[in-house]
Amino acid sequence: MDPKDGSSTKPAWAEEFSVYAAEDAYVQRRQFTKFLVMTSAAMVAGNAWIWLKAVTAEERTEWPEAVVARASEIAPGTVRFFSYPGPHDPCILVRRTNGEFTAFSQKCTHLSCAVYYAAARDRLECPCHEGYFSAANGRVLQGPPPRPLPQIRMEQRGDDLVAVGLVHGEGE
Amino acid sequence: MKGLSNPARRRRRVAIDAAMVMIILVLMVQMWLLTATLESDLAGHHGVAMPALLSTAALFGVCAFLYRLVIRVDRMQESVSATPGEQPSGPWRLDKR
Repeated sequence: MDPKDGSSTKPAWAEEFSVYAAEDAYVQRRQFTKFLVMTSAAMVAGNAWIWLKAVTAEERTEWPEAVVARASEIAPGTVRFFSYPGPHDPCILVRRTNGEFTAFSQKCTHLSCAVYYAAARDRLECPCHEGYFSAANGRVLQGPPPRPLPQIRMEQRGDDLVAVGLVHGEGE
Repeated sequence: MKGLSNPARRRRRVAIDAAMVMIILVLMVQMWLLTATLESDLAGHHGVAMPALLSTAALFGVCAFLYRLVIRVDRMQESVSATPGEQPSGPWRLDKR
């Protein structure tokens, strides 16, 4: 196939150099447009995957109970770290300066950096990109995090602080 | 350019370019929709998945329509530019008028 005019002079296998690199590298408008449309189809597939995941996902109702600390051992303005609900889910228990206990997942919802409690400003801060969260309910106060910190539901039983569940999207 | 001297051909080229730009714009909207849907789903708002899927499917339909338009106009351009009796380059074949 002659690449210049498209006429067949002799079969490709009979030519000494049957690969035309320059012509192969040339992308036609139709090819480019086809690539764009295929990408558009991939976007639909991605949304379909999210929808399937949302439909098949089961809302978790059963959560383990775990004693994470003793209330008398945590002074106001300090924190205690623990894992909940699994051993690889780092969380932070905060005793705010007003004495209230709150607990959150320690992973920033932006890029999963570990957040820490800034007692002077009474908020949780992510040092990576300066994302700030409310220490009261995990709501995003500033920065790139797209959603609030997952909150750990706590119960105080006597002196024990017990984690009894996890809530996503609290504070929105 | 010699090819652009023909007003009809120039109009067709403008039409193709416009269609391609529109496809790119639609694609950008689809990308935004996908990331926004994913963010919402991760935040626990599963209700947005279905409307987002329907919207992106509709946008894909727009893309497919524009793609067909590009193909048709581009082929028309080939048939006009090819001299009589000469086969146009490429793997497609055109009906002779």
